[in-house]
Amino acid sequence: MSAALFLTILIGVALLAPILSPNDYTTIDLRARLQAPVWMEGGNWDHLLGSDNLGRDVLSRLIYSIRLSLLVAFVGTIIGAVLGTTLGFVAAHFRGWVDDIVMVAVDFQASLPFFIIALTLLAFFGNSMMLFIILMGIYGWERYARITRGLTLSALTHGYAVSVKTLGANPKRVYLRHILPNISSTLIVNMTLNFPATIIMETSLSFLGIGIQPPMTSLGNMLGFGRDYLTTAWWITVFPGITIFLATLSMSILGDWVRDRLDPTLK
Amino acid sequence: MSSQYVIQKLFRALLTIWIIVTFVFVVLRLSGDSVLMIFGPDVDAGAMETLRAEWGLDKPIWQQYLVYIGNVFQGDLGKSYLDGRAAFVVVMERLPKTLSLMGVTAIFTFLIGIPAGIYSALHHNTRTDRVTMTLSVMGLSIPNFFLGVLLILLFSVAWQILPSAGSETVWHYIMPVLTMATAEASVFARFTRSAMLEVLNQPYIRTALAKGVPWKEVVRQHALPNAAIPTVTIAGFFVGSLVVGGVVTENVFAWPGVGRLLVSAVANRDLAVVQTAVLLISFSMVTTNLIVDFAYGWLDPRVRDLRAQSREG
Repeated sequence: MSAALFLTILIGVALLAPILSPNDYTTIDLRARLQAPVWMEGGNWDHLLGSDNLGRDVLSRLIYSIRLSLLVAFVGTIIGAVLGTTLGFVAAHFRGWVDDIVMVAVDFQASLPFFIIALTLLAFFGNSMMLFIILMGIYGWERYARITRGLTLSALTHGYAVSVKTLGANPKRVYLRHILPNISSTLIVNMTLNFPATIIMETSLSFLGIGIQPPMTSLGNMLGFGRDYLTTAWWITVFPGITIFLATLSMSILGDWVRDRLDPTLK
Repeated sequence: MSSQYVIQKLFRALLTIWIIVTFVFVVLRLSGDSVLMIFGPDVDAGAMETLRAEWGLDKPIWQQYLVYIGNVFQGDLGKSYLDGRAAFVVVMERLPKTLSLMGVTAIFTFLIGIPAGIYSALHHNTRTDRVTMTLSVMGLSIPNFFLGVLLILLFSVAWQILPSAGSETVWHYIMPVLTMATAEASVFARFTRSAMLEVLNQPYIRTALAKGVPWKEVVRQHALPNAAIPTVTIAGFFVGSLVVGGVVTENVFAWPGVGRLLVSAVANRDLAVVQTAVLLISFSMVTTNLIVDFAYGWLDPRVRDLRAQSREG
């Protein structure tokens, strides 16, 4: 319950970021550098959660970071799901060499940690927001493809798919209207696993300075920059860190719950 | 293990390596003119042509590809832009530090994760089980860069008892290993627990109990060996996650290993070093998966005796 509540709050914060954030998240105020949170000595109400090394408001940055991190993870998850599911259908429909090519791509991606693939591509092509979001989308597509292909191949032999085909429905209709709803619960379970993994991937890359670039801010890149001020201003790193931790924890708990309800193999 | 099984797995491994090398080559060529990228547009055109010829960039693309593959298998992966040394040497001299960190982490992962999982399974649905599983969900959810930073805040900043950067003494190992082993041990605890639970529900366990074998013997003789088999399959995943965890953790604790080198090479776009590190990681991953496949084939009699069965059938 608290997991769902926390996620709802996070999504609310992400949606209402411009209204909720007390200050502009990019405003630099060098006279108020490294100010402590309001309950500590040296803190005041201007910066509830303190300020960073350039005097920017940590709370406002946190709110905008939540917005961007959730957005990237959300768009990434959707791209991965659509891409993977489509390729899974294509592989199952055409079989033969098309199937072989898709499966070789699946095996290739599964053989290397995606983190390493992402690092390589960011190194070779340079960092841009566009490439970064595409990478987050490519992350995890292979699992959707494998699931969709396997389930579709077995669904195609089931009575309902055979009868719809015999009735003359075109392939698009068979796959999207009939097979997709039947395999969607397994795909949704995979999505709940993929979403927190994408958040960790994004925040890790941003933490290392090769993900989201300033002036934009994400939970990972806040932590990465705040790391240099650990001895003087722990609040820059600890608040975004706790947020990431609680977000992934809530999603794991919620994901387990969804799996117990939806996964047909557990019933 | 049938020879067909071995050949099939070997072929797949070689295919994967070939695809990875080709992938790196394609990306390298797509990423732009490397001569231009190093020297900028101001360099004399004649000098750039000479360099292109020297590096073989004026030849047709398929010739460049063949030369590239030949070079990769001779360990010639270009020079680091930063100091002009061979990229292979630059990466290799960082390897021991990374391997020692991974090795120590692996030992602690096994020592904590596997017993915790077995204990949880044997005390299924008790409070200990629930506490262990809650801890493992938390261990899985905390990103290792945040755990690392928290440990530094506590042990280096607040209490000042552990060094926060470097790798010289035993003390330097404590925080990085703790950071990496937390997530890994959580995975192992969960996996071992579910493997054990699965095995404990099998009919042969009931049979053994029914014929009067004491519980301890059943666990030692029947449950543990059978639960160990599926645990082998996550070894491939384990090495992958050690590599990724290592890259992040090495950067948090300024550990002078391959992971730290890789990230700074990515930031500086030192492509020769990046590709060397990536190929090294790929080869180790493919080799690990191959070993896992063979180990699985050898441990699981159903896979091991496939040929015998097919001959009889």
